[in-house]
Amino acid sequence: MYINPNEILETIKMVRMEHLDIRTVTMGISLRDCCHPDIEIFNENIYEKITSRAKELVRTTNEIQSLYGIPIINRRISVTPIAIVAESCKSQDFVSVAQTMDEAAKDAGVDFIGGFSALVHKGETRGDLKLINSIPEALASTEKVCSSVNVATTKAGINMDAVGMMGNIIKKTAELTADRDGIGCAKLVVFANAPEDNPFMAGAFHGIGEPECVINVGVSGPGVVNAAVRELENPNLTEISETIKKTAFKITRMGEMVGKEVSRRLGVEFGILDLSLAPTPEIGDSVAAILEAMGLERCGAHGTTAALALLNDAVKKGGAMASSSVGGLSGAFIPVSEDAGMIEAVKVGALTLEKLEAMTSVCSVGLDMIAVPGDTSAATLSAIIADEMAIGVINKKTTAVRIIPAPGKRVGDSVEFGGLLGSAPIMPVSNFSSEIFIKRGGRIPAPIQSLTN
Amino acid sequence: MTSSRFIITVIGSDRVGIVARVTTVMASYSVNIVDISQTIMQGIFTMIMLAEAPKENFDLAAFQQAMDAEGKSLGVEVKVQHEDAFRFMHRI
Repeated sequence: MYINPNEILETIKMVRMEHLDIRTVTMGISLRDCCHPDIEIFNENIYEKITSRAKELVRTTNEIQSLYGIPIINRRISVTPIAIVAESCKSQDFVSVAQTMDEAAKDAGVDFIGGFSALVHKGETRGDLKLINSIPEALASTEKVCSSVNVATTKAGINMDAVGMMGNIIKKTAELTADRDGIGCAKLVVFANAPEDNPFMAGAFHGIGEPECVINVGVSGPGVVNAAVRELENPNLTEISETIKKTAFKITRMGEMVGKEVSRRLGVEFGILDLSLAPTPEIGDSVAAILEAMGLERCGAHGTTAALALLNDAVKKGGAMASSSVGGLSGAFIPVSEDAGMIEAVKVGALTLEKLEAMTSVCSVGLDMIAVPGDTSAATLSAIIADEMAIGVINKKTTAVRIIPAPGKRVGDSVEFGGLLGSAPIMPVSNFSSEIFIKRGGRIPAPIQSLTN
Repeated sequence: MTSSRFIITVIGSDRVGIVARVTTVMASYSVNIVDISQTIMQGIFTMIMLAEAPKENFDLAAFQQAMDAEGKSLGVEVKVQHEDAFRFMHRI
């Protein structure tokens, strides 16, 4: 047989036992031609544009899923940041825009829609401010809408006024969704160096340099990498790195094949393939489990940052060899609530917020899906964001914060979001105040690394 | 997608008539066997076929359903996947 039977069985094992999946096929849609001063007409325009562009998305991805026998978990849509396209609307807030996006996403049959976003790394326009102030109500009154705000870049530095604002916005978002443990915050990301073509939520938006319509694919497979590493007999770290690289190569090839076929059938340009090890609450489908397979007793023990650096780099190298279209975030995610191994590590006291912060300097994104006590002050949330933004800005990488100050919850409690979002133990934050530092506002200037021209 | 060839895998515990019944379903959909290999791996019956579907008027979803149903009644798992799923992953 021209394909080796062992290779066929290897692929089948990856899907059946190790949770290999296409995590998302995300259609990016430009809304730049939808602007109108009357917000109702604007809403009609975006509804029409989104639903007509994405009309065949779900049907086509379902067909491809059964053609190849590879599960496609989510179908999503990302749109041009709403702060930009709704800027000229004569309206006090943009909540109705989020509700229209939600309706369009439901009618298109997709799982999430991202792009209720603003890019304010150097300052805010009036539209940006309207959008940011609409976030709490927008996320409380919708199901599928995801929001992100980019507050820092390596080129512009950190907009500390926006960082200060986001602490309050996160608090308000949690309060408005208090009946569901503050789930609104699980759909809100604060970014440094946000990528314009990321297919993963909650941070996906259709960047302003993107084409009219594009297909971006997110592939995942921590379970496959975990199994491959565990199969090695007493390996050294060079051998582990080599195995991860080869595994990442195979996973990426699968994603590229699916992405190209979806885009061919829809007649839409293929954008990027994002190979991100995105854990799920399923046992074994865990990034923490990979780090532990390398020899750490628990994720969070000393050595975790080094192990994660090896993992993240090997994933990128394997991906880059497999496809010319690798982009987005590509690397390893470390969302606490979505990873059974991370949850366990927090519960036994191995993994702390401080260690996670160190890990974000070498992983592909940042502090992700972390639940903290409900009485955490807005200033402390802003200060956590500021630290994370600094790591991204100085290291010229994307960092993000998705944090949930769970209303009424204290250390020792946990929150339950269900589905891919999982559950999270409440982690302690520092009790010392950052209030005055955050109140100062202004901008942390772009670092010397930005002067590359 | 470059061809109408599929990899069909049958995995489960061995019993009389698996090949006969699976290939009967294939024949009724005019699906031709190009290559076939069969092994017992760790006590589990494993059959892999490379099969060619008709280029026209072939209803993949119906074929997959029929194969799945036959597999269930035999107590084995039958999967029909386009060959590219394997070619892409293991070949450059």
